[in-house]
Amino acid sequence: MLAKRIIPCLDVTNGRVVKGVNFVELKDAGDPVEIARRYNEAGADELTFLDITASSDNRDLILHIVEAVASEVFIPLTVGGGVRAVGDVQRLLNAGADKVSINTSAVTNPQLVKDAADRYGSQCIVVAIDAKRVGDHWEVFTHGGRKATGLDAIEWAKKMESLGAGELLLTSMDRDGTKSGFDLALTRAISDAVDIPIIASGGVGTLQHLVDGVKEGRADAVLAASIFHFGEYGVDEAKRYMKQHGIEVRL
Amino acid sequence: MSVDIAVIDYGMGNLRSVSKAIEHVAPSASVAVTSDPAVIAAAARVVFPGQGAAPDCMREIDARGLRQVIVDAARSKPFLGICMGMQVLFDHSEEGDTACLGILPGTVQRFPHEAMHDAAGNKLKVPHMGWNNVHQAMPHPLWVGIEEGERFYFVHSYFVQPTTPEVIAGFSHYPFPFTCAVASGNIFAVQFHPEKSQNAGLTLLGNFVTWNPGEHDSACDMSGAACA
Repeated sequence: MLAKRIIPCLDVTNGRVVKGVNFVELKDAGDPVEIARRYNEAGADELTFLDITASSDNRDLILHIVEAVASEVFIPLTVGGGVRAVGDVQRLLNAGADKVSINTSAVTNPQLVKDAADRYGSQCIVVAIDAKRVGDHWEVFTHGGRKATGLDAIEWAKKMESLGAGELLLTSMDRDGTKSGFDLALTRAISDAVDIPIIASGGVGTLQHLVDGVKEGRADAVLAASIFHFGEYGVDEAKRYMKQHGIEVRL
Repeated sequence: MSVDIAVIDYGMGNLRSVSKAIEHVAPSASVAVTSDPAVIAAAARVVFPGQGAAPDCMREIDARGLRQVIVDAARSKPFLGICMGMQVLFDHSEEGDTACLGILPGTVQRFPHEAMHDAAGNKLKVPHMGWNNVHQAMPHPLWVGIEEGERFYFVHSYFVQPTTPEVIAGFSHYPFPFTCAVASGNIFAVQFHPEKSQNAGLTLLGNFVTWNPGEHDSACDMSGAACA
């Protein structure tokens, strides 16, 4: 049976992981390769790197990281952040990324999603959707939740699927950073609206939240950053908990 | 100079992962990611990966003049098909109504929309993406060291249906059983991605780079006519 996936997310800037990880005996908590290796050993099903480098001068550093990680860690790697053109997708894939996540540029230039999917296949194109509840519906936001787009999140998800997205990374901007759990209604609404897999993100504070995301939110995968980074829970621990609650996982 | 392992590059997706994983399991082997028919023809072993859509895949193979060298390699030397590189070995794909290479008898079909529910009635997503159990349908040198039911990483919307069940080397469930590995003589082909399947995938690739299909090959004995 197909397993639900657990995906740790690493924020990278200027070639370093921003949030330290409290792995035992980890020499350098900012070294992306070391952290990727530890997550791999702990049973992460995939890894996502989010490049939050502000300066364009240092953007190529993520390519070196992807290349180094891909030489040692043989699970799927997704890279997002600052992907604006088909050329960006190509560079990341050539460096060893398996999937590329497109966020703001999908809104400013939806054709990019279609062009990238046509060129490299839907399997490697993830569209990241940042959604926030506005009145009785959810709206798509960009720029880290600061900029409203006027787009309805459910309609947007369907459009991205039709343009060739192979997967959606859905983040609730209401929940992100709150540790109060996923927005389950949002996750479920989007998961029911499309046929492609949904990665739920934003708000994980406990292992029960991961279970809820799959069972109530009908997510196909769950992404979390801080609960893993700060050593509150291990990926292996999270998987055992999910299994105890009747969720199929890879152990 | 001939290479040990040629990874066929025909413009379909990212081959970096495949070559990196092979280099990892065979550090002393020479590995070339190539679209040069002469290099492929001279290589000791051939890996035929691929992602994307079947019509594009067949078009790119022909645009690069690779059809004959792929058919020849599949008949003559250790040959590993991965994902799309497995599907186009068959006669025909439903994806874009595409005539494929016809090296193995059978067709390629999409996961049918009406069947995509689990036992509890929950919708199953397509593409089939993630880690699923692979059940071994025959003993084979490429399965050595890999547990029955081990999980591998999949991402695909179409699956193969061989006409000759004796080539089925492995199957998975989504939600019904589908063929995810085939073996015939010197050909082994898988729907999943060994290069992204952590230890189990590396074991399979390691088995491939040392595999010598021959008279003592149990798969060959079992698949009968396909090895003649």
